[in-house]
Amino acid sequence: MSTGLYSTTAKDFDQTLDLTKIKPYGDTLNDGKVQLSFTLPVACSDEAIEAAKQLMYKMGFDNPQVVFYKELTAGYTFFNCYGNVSHTVDFTQIKVQKVESATWSMNDTDEFIKKHIGRKIVVVGASTGSDAHTVGIDAIMNMKGYAGRYGLERYEMITAINMGSQVPNEDFIKKAIEVNADAILVSQTVTQKDVHVKNMTELIEMLDAEGLRSKMIVVCGGPRISHELAKELGFDAGFGMNTYADDVASFIAQEVDRRTKYK
Amino acid sequence: MKTEQKTIMQKSKLGLDFSKVAKAKETAQHIADGVQQFVNNYTTVAVERTLCRLIGIDGVDENSVPLPNVVVEAIHEIGRLPDGVLAFLGNAMIATGLSPQAIAEKIADGTIDITAYPAQSATNIAAVLKPFVDAAVERIRNNRKGREDMIAKIGEGAKPYIYVIVATGNIYEDVVQAQAAARQGADIIAVIRTTGQSLLDYVPYGATTEGFGGTFATQENFRIMRKALDEVGLEVGRYIRLCNYCSGLCMPEIAAMGALEGLDVMLNDALYGILFRDINMQRTLVDQYFSRMINGFAGVIINTGEDNYLTTADAFEEAHTVLASDLINEQLALLAGIPEEQMGLGHAFEMDPELKNGFLYELAQAQMTREIFPKAPLKYMPPTKFMTGNVFRGHIQNALFNEIAIWTGQGIQLLGMLTEAVHTPFMSDRFLAIENAKYIFNNMQNIGDEVEFKSGGLIQKRAQGVLDEALVLLEKVEKEGLFSALEKGFFANVKRPKTGGKGLGGVVEKSANYLNPFVELMNCNTAHR
Repeated sequence: MSTGLYSTTAKDFDQTLDLTKIKPYGDTLNDGKVQLSFTLPVACSDEAIEAAKQLMYKMGFDNPQVVFYKELTAGYTFFNCYGNVSHTVDFTQIKVQKVESATWSMNDTDEFIKKHIGRKIVVVGASTGSDAHTVGIDAIMNMKGYAGRYGLERYEMITAINMGSQVPNEDFIKKAIEVNADAILVSQTVTQKDVHVKNMTELIEMLDAEGLRSKMIVVCGGPRISHELAKELGFDAGFGMNTYADDVASFIAQEVDRRTKYK
Repeated sequence: MKTEQKTIMQKSKLGLDFSKVAKAKETAQHIADGVQQFVNNYTTVAVERTLCRLIGIDGVDENSVPLPNVVVEAIHEIGRLPDGVLAFLGNAMIATGLSPQAIAEKIADGTIDITAYPAQSATNIAAVLKPFVDAAVERIRNNRKGREDMIAKIGEGAKPYIYVIVATGNIYEDVVQAQAAARQGADIIAVIRTTGQSLLDYVPYGATTEGFGGTFATQENFRIMRKALDEVGLEVGRYIRLCNYCSGLCMPEIAAMGALEGLDVMLNDALYGILFRDINMQRTLVDQYFSRMINGFAGVIINTGEDNYLTTADAFEEAHTVLASDLINEQLALLAGIPEEQMGLGHAFEMDPELKNGFLYELAQAQMTREIFPKAPLKYMPPTKFMTGNVFRGHIQNALFNEIAIWTGQGIQLLGMLTEAVHTPFMSDRFLAIENAKYIFNNMQNIGDEVEFKSGGLIQKRAQGVLDEALVLLEKVEKEGLFSALEKGFFANVKRPKTGGKGLGGVVEKSANYLNPFVELMNCNTAHR
């Protein structure tokens, strides 16, 4: 692939920022540069490279470049590619459903709870169903926390109960009733074949059946969870990648307060 | 060669005090002895099902219940399990002249009552079982020899063995991925089990194509993958090892199935199921003994699961719990007859990337583990906890992990995938991971021979400190006893009651008539091989 450096410079486009028509930024405004990699289920050949380029045209790339290719095993070829995307997005028209709470530090959240709620908030968390991963729920709940954000166990004004992994929804609900939980947190890491959706739907149905749904704040989280998905499934909030214990704690504190006020 | 190795071991690069290491091993041995006294007096439904499998009982009844479960349940439900299944099968075989499999089928049909036959003497039972017992032992011994011959003939990869995972849920798709990985340079293929299999109190039957996050461990799936790896091994001129998971409620059964089908590596931790799957500790400790005995005899490398501690606890603060657990796992494994050369004791690269000098601490811990277990093919686990959607940084984290592995002579390198925490590996992720490892292993091949550590420096002090802390912890556990230590949450901050958790109903105290001829034949401590 030593055909020289791939020039990222193109000269003949408008370099002013128009928020109604944004596109990716490589090193110049509106150059539309994107890097991507993928594997095609064909042997490595000139035809395979051409197929990769044609695929990129169909994805909306001008000037597709295959900068690296390698047959991974017989009949499968891997490509690293660059191209200029021709599509744009109107940024001014974007609406996103998101958790409507401010994220505070641990101390601020503790102070808020003391002042506005006046008692400790009880939170029960678990990785439910067949999911054996504790990494998500631990990141949110363990004393130590994750990425410099302390977990809920460290909060002075939160009683945090981490039930660990593979907790059946029945046991989870039973515990929440037993400790009179203000909020329950469900972590779902395994998402193959949408097993997480099934499991989370079941939880909401069970809470509904027990008449508990409106009595607790019900929150879910995991790498493939979005707030939008969470709302769709009947949760109060969903926390996906790049959200941490402080996001969750702030939300719960503000929501408990809101519900106390508007009861 | 032997003396040379000894000098290397005793000349610690870390200034470790080997009298402390000896003391730690002795303390761990006392802990293991305490467990073994308990283990010797008990059996479990899983152990008994394993005996059924070893003497040739396989298949399922009309409701898809495995026949080993049918046989064991028939005896357990009337409270006769303390005598062991083999006594009842022996009685039935003498009375009917049928094979164990034929008897199992008749129990399933409801045409015979396994407990209704006249009790025979232990001698007569042993005699009628002998051909079946010998056949199992012979088959496992032949598998072991087959592996050794194959390695002698076509060779194997250099250590650290490159270990990758396949997890499609469909055994036939797994075969495609596994063969691709072997062609790319993998030495060990682990077929991840379907989520939740560890909590099933039976082993599913036949080839399977549906699983969540992994593929069912079944004997047929083992056979399919073994065959595929032998094929690709001949093609690439390197023996490719097959790994599965001997953990959960069917620990010894999986060991037996693996031994019968020529698996090479098994995850097989004494404490993991207790801590992370809430399996009852009595159950797991009895099961681990028999499973490890089989693995030892079959020449299978066991992998322990200490890396899991660090997904919950902090890798810097809790490093000594990993070492303490490695030491306990080592002693329990020795009691089950597993030689040190088959002990893939576990640890992991899980320091917070934000930690200043985290790489140096990792290096210290990895080198320490190497020096404390000089013959063990240590299993080194990649970063997972601090992997994010930033796959570019993830690739670098994996590179640092690979550097430490080659530097400190790790045995089994479970490659990190740059998309860890994002999705199950793409074929290209595996390629990039293997390329990363091969590049570093080759480029830094002899760095461990060339570089020494500053006396009294950060690395030396770190290793010494972890050993000291581990020793303190082991002494505490010794005083408590392992059962009590687990109840009090000494490991991974997890507390488990002795009479809680899953699978306790399947634990029974053996009667005086209890029979298990395999212990005599397979425990490498007693058996003549």
